[in-house]
Amino acid sequence: MLMFWDKLLMFIDELLANELFVKYSPLMLTVLTLCVIGIVAALILYFVSQKFKVEEDPRIDDVEKMLPGANCGGCGYPGCRGLACALVEQDDISSLYCSVGGADCMKAIAEYLGKAAPIKEPQVATVRCGGTCEKRPRTSTYAGTKSCAIASSVYKGETDCAFGCLGYGDCVEACAFDAIHINPTTGLAEVDADKCTACGACVSACPKGIIELRKKWPKNRAIYVSCVSKDKGPVTMKACKAGCIGCGKCVKVCEFGAITLENNLAFIDSTKCRLCRKCVAECPTGAIKMIGLAPLPPKEKPETKTETK
Amino acid sequence: MKTFPIGGVHPSDNKKWSKTKAIEKMELPDVVTIPLAQHIGAPATAIVAKGDKVKVGQKIAEATGFMSANIHAPISGTVTAVDLQPNGQGLRQMMITIKREDDEWAEGIDLSTDLVKECNLSSSEIIARIKEAGIVGMGGATFPTHVKLSIPEGKSAKILIINGVECEPYLTSDYRTMLERGEQLIVGTRILMKAVSVDKAVIGVENNKPDAVKHLRKLLGKEAKDIVVMPLKTQYPQGGEKQLIAAVTKREVPAPPALPIDVGAVVCNASTAVAVYEAVQKNKPLVERVVTVTGKQVKDTKNLLTRFGTPVSALIEKCGGLPEGDVRVLNGGPMMGRPMSNLTTPVMKGCSGITIISGKEAQRGEPSACIKCAKCVEACPMGLEPYLLAKQAKKKAWEAMEKNDIVSCIECGCCQFTCPANIALLDHVRLGKQTVMGIIRARNMKK
Amino acid sequence: MGNRILVAPAPHIHGSLSTQRLMLDVIIALIPALAVSVYVFGWNVLLITAVSIGCCVLFEYLIQLLFVRGKQTVTNLSAVVTGLLLAMNMPANIPLWIVAVGALVAIGVAKMPFGGLGKNPFNLAIVARVFLLIAYPVQMTSFAMPSTEGFVDAYSGATPLAAAKAGLMNFAEYDTLGMFTGNIAGSFGEVATLALLLGFIYLLVRRVITWHIPVTILGTMAIFAAIYGAVSFDTPHLVSNFTLFHLIAGGAVLGAVFMATDYVTSPMTPWGMVIYGIGIGALTMTIRLWGAYPEGMSFAILIMNSVVPLINKYIKPRRFGSKK
Repeated sequence: MLMFWDKLLMFIDELLANELFVKYSPLMLTVLTLCVIGIVAALILYFVSQKFKVEEDPRIDDVEKMLPGANCGGCGYPGCRGLACALVEQDDISSLYCSVGGADCMKAIAEYLGKAAPIKEPQVATVRCGGTCEKRPRTSTYAGTKSCAIASSVYKGETDCAFGCLGYGDCVEACAFDAIHINPTTGLAEVDADKCTACGACVSACPKGIIELRKKWPKNRAIYVSCVSKDKGPVTMKACKAGCIGCGKCVKVCEFGAITLENNLAFIDSTKCRLCRKCVAECPTGAIKMIGLAPLPPKEKPETKTETK
Repeated sequence: MKTFPIGGVHPSDNKKWSKTKAIEKMELPDVVTIPLAQHIGAPATAIVAKGDKVKVGQKIAEATGFMSANIHAPISGTVTAVDLQPNGQGLRQMMITIKREDDEWAEGIDLSTDLVKECNLSSSEIIARIKEAGIVGMGGATFPTHVKLSIPEGKSAKILIINGVECEPYLTSDYRTMLERGEQLIVGTRILMKAVSVDKAVIGVENNKPDAVKHLRKLLGKEAKDIVVMPLKTQYPQGGEKQLIAAVTKREVPAPPALPIDVGAVVCNASTAVAVYEAVQKNKPLVERVVTVTGKQVKDTKNLLTRFGTPVSALIEKCGGLPEGDVRVLNGGPMMGRPMSNLTTPVMKGCSGITIISGKEAQRGEPSACIKCAKCVEACPMGLEPYLLAKQAKKKAWEAMEKNDIVSCIECGCCQFTCPANIALLDHVRLGKQTVMGIIRARNMKK
Repeated sequence: MGNRILVAPAPHIHGSLSTQRLMLDVIIALIPALAVSVYVFGWNVLLITAVSIGCCVLFEYLIQLLFVRGKQTVTNLSAVVTGLLLAMNMPANIPLWIVAVGALVAIGVAKMPFGGLGKNPFNLAIVARVFLLIAYPVQMTSFAMPSTEGFVDAYSGATPLAAAKAGLMNFAEYDTLGMFTGNIAGSFGEVATLALLLGFIYLLVRRVITWHIPVTILGTMAIFAAIYGAVSFDTPHLVSNFTLFHLIAGGAVLGAVFMATDYVTSPMTPWGMVIYGIGIGALTMTIRLWGAYPEGMSFAILIMNSVVPLINKYIKPRRFGSKK
């Protein structure tokens, strides 16, 4: 040991005495100093990293890589890493789901972890308000900060419907996937079903609770009640020509028991609905919307007179 | 001149528009709608049904629990409906509709104008009568008065402060009440002093109403030592409860959940004191109040003694109708008034004025970039940083807002009033406050 | 009835303050000092000021038009204030093209890339001044001597601070009264202490600024100078002269009243402002007495600008109801 130190010191002495070194001493000194600092810093870093090492399941990193990395928070965890931790730690992962990655992603992760894959049908955000500018006249003008949350804390909104879409775009701001926009002609939020990942950010951003995650059919087909007004029929009718007046005709015609009527409002359960389209033809106000489907051939002309409850 | 310790602004009060108008009786409406939620706390429960005949002053809705207030019929007639009706903000609430027949008062109510000074009731009897009469804070907060007067165990009141400040610009209803019903105000004050067992009361009046100070001092006489009329600096929000206590007693109510009683103060509005007089001495429940109808372009501004349930539109019609063009109609004054979109809505217990902002003033100024001038920090009477809170609210940084004491915000509007860049600070701050309060409530529920 | 019911949350009225009005007040407050400069250094001063303001406004307009887009913001007068302050930081015989370069640095480097008004971390005029001082040291430090005829002399002299630093002159030789009214060499805005103080009073009366920053800066400088003086000199007369000299000489008053109080780059709370002021005062004196440059105000302000976000984060106003 002593020998080694002696040799090292001798080497340094020799080095310092070397002609070349003397000639380039300022340069060499700089290089040497930097080298020494570097070595010392590396040693410190090494020991610190050893001392404070956090034991972590390496699978978390792998699972995180398999997740989409959108960090949207739709799963209820703070970002994808949060979900990855939960997926690795919990034995039963059936309650965890990344709607952005979808079924394939969850399947791959479940396979990797050797757990049962959580199954969830694909969903899509649906804006349940059909009160376009034309159908729902404006009765006052909102002059405050253009935010649905602020406007709805001040009053019912610019129209006489206290339930409908305000159109200031809190959902647009919340969407991390550019999948929801305010249509300037209708003043309503519209979802781009192809881009929507059903993360649910817009659902919680909407102060009126208009947006619902509904079952996603192939080709983006859908049938839903495009209204959330709990007002009585006449009140709804006065405020908006496209509102659900709670007449109950759709309930009677539905063969699958998918439609319920509560608080003057019909609701179609998307898990029970079979897209038979009968309710659409029955609805007097056109509150039941149909997308991607041809209307049923008319048996007879539906009555134009609207019935109220 | 005494004032509160931090912040404040000086809006032009424009009380000149209506301060000379004596209180006038508003015609009785043919139909009234009486909301069951006219106060902070649980809405009252209706005790009448469709078809019932009611007399003026008859109880038609009972307080639901402690934090609630009774409601009485403001007109005599037949109940035609108990259902959901739109309020001033267009949201549907339970309301009782009464169709008027004559003006017949319930028995036992003294309608004479004689001043009854004697009051031999005990503290709890007084509070019971106030509770029965359905009295709430009439300055706008509508906090049930009997709750305020019921001092929690282990605490005691040292001073009663009558809030005659009326710092809200434009409004003159408290001012006219002090001038025209000063005697009743003073008797009411003495009754309130008895109710909370204090021997000292201060009537705080902002210095822009020197004649009210003079008038009340004259009525009190020189020998009265128990009640002091104290002129205060004209500065908004002098009439904020915490600000008023600080101005009068130099003691500051700590941040919520602390209450004024924690510094030994009980504050009541001047109009409330008059209502207390009527309830205790005359057995008259709260069925009417003075409402100022004012605004730059209002043809005939008035201070109207109005029965509750009278539609706002009727008051506006009486004062010359809505001005042409853009209007903002407010329940309250221009600094804190709630905007209304539905003018068929009734006048309620907390409605001290109907303010109409018209023309160019109805529009908000175009906002520009924050120049960090710190005027909002300077103006905030609670010592908060509105610029920072608004920024955090936009980012939905609720925890950070809570750390920055958002719950102390009294929503007085000083920050937005003063902002040179026209930024809607309070819009964001208020939203943040509501959200944070919700988070705190949820957390307390969990515990 | 042609009514439109508007609904917006409270408050429903707005005070008379506006960004434009505040900027206008600063401009008005600077006019006495500008007038003295014109009297002392001649009409050239006005030309420099016009070029500086014109360039600042033009650059802001063009950058907004070509790169930022959106609403034009030049009407808020902030570019005019920047131009005016920049000009007042120049010697009276500066070549005009240098003024234009300064305006470009102020607007094109220090302001717009950060997002325009309200976003810049450093004081615009000072960034430009310091840039020019380093890039064109000769032109920036050739100060015209005051000329009673209203024309700029070809002769250029050193500022009192530079002279004192170089040991050329004893500060005691300076005519403090003359310095007070502008009869000295220097950047043309900084020479007329009396006129600047007049502007300060106007700003206070109009409630554009509070007393905190200027008073703490000058107070700290005075205390600093007095202590240094007490250690270095024997007679009290010399100590007081030394103190007064440092308060009046150079950019102390211009910096304390107009530069350090810039809204955007100063703290938001009274106590924050006091800390900021003490920092600037102490740094200025440190640079003046021991640094390489004769004047330290610009550097001190820049250094303290960088601390402002920290001050804002940790220094909170006294909350209502908390202990006094």
